[in-house]
Amino acid sequence: MKSYEQINDRIESGKAVVLTADEIIDYVDEKGVEAATEEVDVVTTATFGPMCSSGCFLNFGHSKPKVRMSEAWIEDVLVYTGIAAVDVYLGATQLRHGDPANMYYPGEFRYGGGHVIEDLIAGKKLQLFALSYGTDCYPLREMRTYFTIDDLNQAIMVNPRNCYQNYNVAINDSDQRVHSYMGSLEPNRKNANYCSAGQLSPLLNDPFCETIGVGTTIWLAGAQGHVYAEGTQHASDCARTPDGIPMEGAGTLALTGDMKQMRSEFVRGVSFRGYGISLGLGVGVPIPILNQDVLKRTCVRDRDILAPVVDYSNDYPQNTGKVICHVSYEQLRSGEIEVEGRKVAVGSLSSYYKALEIANLLADEIRRGDFRLTEPIAPLPKDTAMKPLAARENRDE
Amino acid sequence: MSDIVTKKLMLFFPRYDSEKPIIYHLVKDYNLEVKVYRAKVTPEEEGHLVLDVTGTEEAIQRGMEFVGTLNVTINLTGKGVTRDAERCAHCGHCVVHCPTGALYIGNAATREVVYKEADCIECLACIRVCPYAACASAF
Repeated sequence: MKSYEQINDRIESGKAVVLTADEIIDYVDEKGVEAATEEVDVVTTATFGPMCSSGCFLNFGHSKPKVRMSEAWIEDVLVYTGIAAVDVYLGATQLRHGDPANMYYPGEFRYGGGHVIEDLIAGKKLQLFALSYGTDCYPLREMRTYFTIDDLNQAIMVNPRNCYQNYNVAINDSDQRVHSYMGSLEPNRKNANYCSAGQLSPLLNDPFCETIGVGTTIWLAGAQGHVYAEGTQHASDCARTPDGIPMEGAGTLALTGDMKQMRSEFVRGVSFRGYGISLGLGVGVPIPILNQDVLKRTCVRDRDILAPVVDYSNDYPQNTGKVICHVSYEQLRSGEIEVEGRKVAVGSLSSYYKALEIANLLADEIRRGDFRLTEPIAPLPKDTAMKPLAARENRDE
Repeated sequence: MSDIVTKKLMLFFPRYDSEKPIIYHLVKDYNLEVKVYRAKVTPEEEGHLVLDVTGTEEAIQRGMEFVGTLNVTINLTGKGVTRDAERCAHCGHCVVHCPTGALYIGNAATREVVYKEADCIECLACIRVCPYAACASAF
């Protein structure tokens, strides 16, 4: 048994033993659980992939005369202004003004909210255009200017839903190509796409959220951010393997962090042909090795994690809930899975390469004493399920 | 008898207005086997042509000298399709869409996506499917 305080003391003295979730597997195989629990202080987990439910609050400061922005665009991408005078929220999936979307199917979606967020973090000079109805206290009615992230008072990323615990493997049962947020799916089950870092993924290394909770300090695209709540659609009440590993989407995290500290190679605008815009984001989460159970769960292997194969031509869009079968991440990473007796080529949307890089960067920060662990101030909710949206004809129904 | 070799070339036509059919002459006059990957040559506009030529070193050399007499720039590195390694997130979405395996997982442990330009036939599938716009075409 170790406490957060003891682990932080070891980090401070520069003696902390930190391994990635990739390295811990062989380490425990060699040393055994008991000895490894004594020796290892922290296991780092990470993921990099498209995370649509991401965005940021920006504060521009006041112009002379002042403006209360009622509509605003950054690089022609609409931002939300229904908050205080010069605060806006920029969402990752927002399209650029005038983008024909899927009018000429499949649309290309070359630039949108995710790209603006990347450009901001890369330090590029961006255009702000804002309109206002004008008030006594905020008389200016129109503003066009150019700014960088350094000109902003705050640029705080606030992502309502990141780090899905597990995810669907998308396949296409139809005879037409499907363009989805799970990438390009060729007809007749010619390929399948998955999106998870598997054995390296944060919530698969802590399947019951025993260490990750509200207040946990995380590595968010190079900045030290926090878990501020459970993510939207957090569904801890899910199908699990006998070992407790979720076999479907399940848990999610709501994350926040200071964009001024972020690195643009871990925040990338994403364009999905025929679907839209998203944000490729890198997240690292440290897991304190408090006891043997926590350590054992970080030893999860790709072969032990099962993902549901779902048809994205009919079953996903029509919300039938049908799962064709389950496959392991070990099978997925081999580049080929078997679905109902037929071999299917596999691609990925999640980057294990970048996730490994992040897990190592975070491990280095902890070893250097630059990153302390935080005990959650509240646990994530247990036994929550995901409710569907009912289509009601009127208020009395 | 000299060895038969294959070279990938990218030809650039800055406003090509010659009447001379280049490929015809490469085949007939220089005894070269020509495989065209991609071409966009329009009168009065800039044009590009990416091709493989197979023949003896000497024949290829003479063929290139002929092309050189026309208003055409020969690019021997032949990069019609490039991959920006810094922009690439190494997700692996492109890999199954690449028909020749020019894009592949080079290392099973790190899952790095490698681009082997020599195997690229310029089908442009990677450009369509890459979420990060890491792949680009010269034309």
